[in-house]
Amino acid sequence: MFLLACAVIAVIVASGGYFVTVVCFAAIYALFVSGLNLFMGYTGQVSFGQNAFAALGGYSTAVLTTRLNLDPLAALLLGALLSGAIAFVVGFPTLRLRGHYLAMATLALGLIAYEVAVQWTGLTQGYMGISGIPGLGFAGVEIDDERLQAVVLLAIAGLGMGAALRLRHSRFGRALAAVAGDEEAARAVGINITHYKLAAFVLAAVYASVAGSLMAQYVGFVSPEVFGLAMVVLGFTMLYIGGIGNVGGPLVGALIVEALPQTVSGLKDYQDLVYGAALILILIYAPKGLAAINPGLPLAVQKNAS
Amino acid sequence: MSLLDVTGLTKAFGGLMAVNDVSFGVEEGGIDAVIGPNGAGKTTLFNLISGALRPTSGAVRFAGHDITGLAPHAVAARGVIRTFQLVRLFGDMTVAENVRVGFHLSTRGGIWSALVRPRWARAEEAEVAEKARVLLTLIGLADRAAVPAAQLTYGQQRLLEIARAVAAGPRLLLLDEPAAGLDMAETDALAEIIRTINRRGVTILLIEHDMRLVMGIARRIVVLDFGRKIAEGTPETVSRDPAVLEAYLGTAESCEGAEVLHA
Repeated sequence: MFLLACAVIAVIVASGGYFVTVVCFAAIYALFVSGLNLFMGYTGQVSFGQNAFAALGGYSTAVLTTRLNLDPLAALLLGALLSGAIAFVVGFPTLRLRGHYLAMATLALGLIAYEVAVQWTGLTQGYMGISGIPGLGFAGVEIDDERLQAVVLLAIAGLGMGAALRLRHSRFGRALAAVAGDEEAARAVGINITHYKLAAFVLAAVYASVAGSLMAQYVGFVSPEVFGLAMVVLGFTMLYIGGIGNVGGPLVGALIVEALPQTVSGLKDYQDLVYGAALILILIYAPKGLAAINPGLPLAVQKNAS
Repeated sequence: MSLLDVTGLTKAFGGLMAVNDVSFGVEEGGIDAVIGPNGAGKTTLFNLISGALRPTSGAVRFAGHDITGLAPHAVAARGVIRTFQLVRLFGDMTVAENVRVGFHLSTRGGIWSALVRPRWARAEEAEVAEKARVLLTLIGLADRAAVPAAQLTYGQQRLLEIARAVAAGPRLLLLDEPAAGLDMAETDALAEIIRTINRRGVTILLIEHDMRLVMGIARRIVVLDFGRKIAEGTPETVSRDPAVLEAYLGTAESCEGAEVLHA
């Protein structure tokens, strides 16, 4: 993990231009997918609605910074708090559902968020979106250099994945894994599975919210489309390509999926086809994701460690 | 007063009385067994005691408290820990991690302690790891600690499930057919492990088909048939009870029947 981060940073500093943009988006998505991984990979639940929380974070940042002139960092934290609170309230009834029903309910959550962003024009300016959001930075300091932006975003993603790793190897993480492994057996050793599903859902929402805020700051613009269903599809693709349940998976998946359109852009119309074929091949030949292919890789150690 | 008191416990699935007005008590410190032909309602009885199912009527009292209808994790928190007829392990986790999960109730780390790792949390983790190692040594799987649980043999998986249950600190351990799928040598080893756990102060109630095991370790036996309790007593009295012989073999006169129960 550390080596990969160093390698990426070295390449960023050495290069520039479009590659740096790819890395920036990959870092933001790595954070988003890490949250998804906590809920889906560690806890074994399904959510198609994480874009709702990214939208909450993105719009919180947009509204609070452009209208109230709030510091971007404060806006990010407030957005995360709001997302966590809403995840708690929404999760309480929703997480009683299982499997397909949970998937449908969370999908609805994402669609509702989209509709709210479109309809509540007084706050969100509808399809127009909100522009002029201050860039990455805090306390009045804005990071202008795009290479520095990439390093900061990677550092934040690293922090998020480090936190996920610590969570995984703890009493809390074992309880999540127990819920994923066998709910009845988890209950039988005294684990309150509703409590842990809810905790994972709230954590995933906070990750998504922070990713959404960073996205708003980095792009300088939010609209309903930015946090649409496409974000969910992209997140899922990254999660499965990188390796679900694997701490480093989200970064690997995000880097590959963000870089892929560049690599295959000559194909234009066939891009989706190549995407799909690549995804199917990975799911067949590396069902645990690319980060888990070589057990000798430091990235792959996580799940089977200790 | 008994540690566990089951009174008039009844569970109806539609018209089927899976457990029908069953009452019995389990004294603290012993090894008791529930036996009966297939479909007699033994596992349903365990599900009712452990909170996996809500009874239609009747009550379960444990250590003087009414635990009828409590959620499974709440029943576990009171000190009633069960295993399952079909082994339920966390297959992706290592053998050691499976046991560590078992210590959930006696530890307290949450999200913050996982992220910040204060001294007490590190000490707690180290203690859990050490206790898990001790339990794995007890069941003879210490050298398999780092292996994914799904890779163990069936017999080893059964023992691992018991170790995980013991980790949860039971006052009463409910074992649902612990010897199912084990060969004779494995069953003997299991009997020794059950005795060891019992000597450490854990009261044990087991469902078992293996009569050799039951007659060897059980102090008192409850016999169920078609959801009803048809006999209760020591292995000697139960194995000579005409109603029990009839339930198992259809006739009380069959001397083969007596042999099965005495085997």
